[in-house]
Amino acid sequence: MRLTVNGKAQTYNDDPEMPLLWYLRDDLRLTGTRFGCGAGLCGACTVHVNGQAVRSCQTRMGTLESKTVLTIDALAEGGKLHPVQRAWIQHDVPQCGYCQSGQIMSAVALLKTTPNPTDAQIDAAMAGNICRCGTYQRIRAAIKTAAKERG
Amino acid sequence: MVIENVSLNRRQFLGGIFSTGAFVVASRLIPAELFAQGPAGAAILNTKADTAALHPSVYLGIEPDGTVFIVTHRSEMGTGIRTSLPLVAADELDADWSRCRIEQGVGDTRYGDQNTDGSRSIRDFYDAFRVAGASARSMLIAAAAAQWNVPASELTTANHEVVHARSNRKVGYGALVPAAAKMPVPAKESLTFKPKTAWKFVGKDTNIYDLTPIVTGTAQFGLDVYREGMVYASIEHPPVVGGTVKSLDNKAALAVKGVTQTETLAAPKPPLLFQTLGGVAVIGNSTWAVLQGRKQLKIEWNDGPHAGYTTAPFKAALLEKVKRPAKVARNLGNVDAEFAKGGTVMEAAYYTPMAAHASMEPPAAVAEFRNGKAEIWCPTQNPQAAQETVAAALGIDKNNVICHVTLLGGGFGRKSKPDYAAEAAILAKQLGKPVKVVWTREDDIHHDFYHTTAAVYHKATVDAKGRPTAWLQRSVFPPIASTFGAPEPMGFELDMGLDDTLYDVPNIRAENAGADAHVRIGWFRAVTNNFHAFAAHSFADEMAHAAKRDPLEFLLDLLGPGKIVDLKAQGVDYSNYGAPIDKYPLDSRRLRRVLEVAGERSGWAKRKSGNGRGMGIAAHRSFNSYVASVVEVEVDQQGRVKIPRIHQVADPGVVINPDRVRAQFEGAAVMGVGLAMFGEITATNGRIDQKNFDGFRVARMNDAPVQVDVHFVESGNLPTGVGEPGVPPVIAALANAIYAATGKRLREMPFSKQKLV
Repeated sequence: MRLTVNGKAQTYNDDPEMPLLWYLRDDLRLTGTRFGCGAGLCGACTVHVNGQAVRSCQTRMGTLESKTVLTIDALAEGGKLHPVQRAWIQHDVPQCGYCQSGQIMSAVALLKTTPNPTDAQIDAAMAGNICRCGTYQRIRAAIKTAAKERG
Repeated sequence: MVIENVSLNRRQFLGGIFSTGAFVVASRLIPAELFAQGPAGAAILNTKADTAALHPSVYLGIEPDGTVFIVTHRSEMGTGIRTSLPLVAADELDADWSRCRIEQGVGDTRYGDQNTDGSRSIRDFYDAFRVAGASARSMLIAAAAAQWNVPASELTTANHEVVHARSNRKVGYGALVPAAAKMPVPAKESLTFKPKTAWKFVGKDTNIYDLTPIVTGTAQFGLDVYREGMVYASIEHPPVVGGTVKSLDNKAALAVKGVTQTETLAAPKPPLLFQTLGGVAVIGNSTWAVLQGRKQLKIEWNDGPHAGYTTAPFKAALLEKVKRPAKVARNLGNVDAEFAKGGTVMEAAYYTPMAAHASMEPPAAVAEFRNGKAEIWCPTQNPQAAQETVAAALGIDKNNVICHVTLLGGGFGRKSKPDYAAEAAILAKQLGKPVKVVWTREDDIHHDFYHTTAAVYHKATVDAKGRPTAWLQRSVFPPIASTFGAPEPMGFELDMGLDDTLYDVPNIRAENAGADAHVRIGWFRAVTNNFHAFAAHSFADEMAHAAKRDPLEFLLDLLGPGKIVDLKAQGVDYSNYGAPIDKYPLDSRRLRRVLEVAGERSGWAKRKSGNGRGMGIAAHRSFNSYVASVVEVEVDQQGRVKIPRIHQVADPGVVINPDRVRAQFEGAAVMGVGLAMFGEITATNGRIDQKNFDGFRVARMNDAPVQVDVHFVESGNLPTGVGEPGVPPVIAALANAIYAATGKRLREMPFSKQKLV
């Protein structure tokens, strides 16, 4: 089968049951996508498939024929950080940083569909992403900053 | 795990700890001896700081191109320490921060203590990093003085240059390095440090060094290490601690594509320490293969002595035991005589369940073994313990273990225990190739070194104003000491909120007893402070309400004008978080001050309580810092708790990187709320009931306080802990807020299980 990952065409002919997460990490060595729970409960492995946020630990390779995958590793285009990444830096969001790849990918997807989210919309979209360090208030602030910057 | 039923005195116990190399306990009890300057002994692995032309300290080196290498020997798990300690050195050096490169030190005793726990990295190493920076600066000045033939006293430094104002000359640090390298390293006593007014970085916000790598996904955590020829391992551990493999059928596992073999790991011998748990490792050529293979293992287990551990009866026994007299940990005046007088008596028992650390990154490690030497890469809070544990497991000298420390995806105490690193090392030796050990979330939650469960009992007689004239507090819990083979809690477990309460009461007694441990117990952020503070400051609030007094005004009355509290005179051999008591005394004036400021900042006096809205307050000293928390809650008609705001007011002495310290208190508020509302690990027949984040709940964005307002009281005191002390007062303040809002007094965690309406 064929798929596109971060703009590059890839061919995959292995176990269709394997989650996208391990394909990204072990096969392609795109390690920006993190393993947190393996059960779709924490959001650390969030990536985009055809522009939509998905949990890569719950996305089987067999479902990705002709699909386009974007991970945190390629969110910055041509060395230019995405507005959400810039907002994350402005608010100094991360503590340990482990969950932040998934947080950022979820936030980018949210802002695509909801350019000016309310607090309730942010909560609803981000409740699936756990941060054990407790950076939630800065995540919320950074999403609002990114929303403003995108106008 | 079998708790050996022998009585060990403190000294024998310590002897045991040292002989097994579990430095972690010892370091809690003995004030840290600092190793400010090298170069004693050979390096385990040379850093760029070591090989730099100018190398005045194990922590710092400068090359002739002006690049400054600063070694952080403490682990980065989210506190910002990897940035903050180098900032201290860079400030004294007057360096250009953009020309400083941070290196992560491997496990090596030449750095001094590396166990990144106990909120003491800045407290213990602030001076050492100031010395490192000031030494280099002094040598650079000496070199410039010789070059220009002017007195050193006429020279100053600014932004990576030495300046001679009188002759209007300046020279970059890099150009001075060859000459400076020939100067003697100055004695520590001869150094002059910058006055506070000249600080360039300390006290100012600086972004963490790893910020861009984190937001772009390139930051390297333990799981991100890949080595040439590496295989993967996932381990089915005994479901009950101390269990062993009775029989194994691995045929179906070996039939899984990509699985190459299984290896049965030896069961640990008590005491457990940081040893591996045993079990069966599935080895293969991808993470997915070994995870699939594991599901096909058919194992019968001998469960061992802990198969009878079930939470409900254990809890009942704890609550029963806490009502009975126990070993006295602190005694002031005569509580019994006061109780005997009769009068108004109040009493209450509190209960907290076990909790898991559940850092976002589960344990993981990569190891190689070649020519009798091991090299490991892992997210560890304690690389020296990893060296020692790996060395003991492999039967080699610890100096033959190189432990590289990756970034940690959270730690909270779990990653001070390097059992997972030892698993990787054992397998690497057995297989003769590099091995990555991957723990799943289920492994992490099922095989933690848990935050212990506890029962805490309080009793007081109160005077006409509701003030206690005698106060008894007693806790019972399976201790951390059990992991090291001792049945009763160690002193440090009581010195966290049980025997160091700062309320000014004429008669005080603190008592404690251990309870059997049937799982591995370990340090969790703020440790025993969490339940001791929950109980003590809830009970204080209960006394305030019983007397119909304002809780804040009551707490200030309880503290009195404030003073240095001498626990020694009350029979406490106080460990004070490993800090000398003369430099870091217990000062109830500082606790008073944070309470007063918290009251002002939260608008306490104007609050409106009742009808589902309420504010609660508590203050606690831990890790030598003083923190007051005010929690605002809204409880709706379904009993759901919302937390619009938490105020955290802290006096942690000198603050190095204020933004990161604020972040620690913000995070502590979230973790405190999560622990209090949802944190619960239970066991049935020795097996942990919770599997993943569905069973073990932590705070999500919609559970967390919407806003955490952090404020520092500037006391000018020595820097003290910031990572942990923000948690304990939040828990009690939340319980007190819920009482103010609903009239329901919560004496058991998790609060979400209590009916509020």
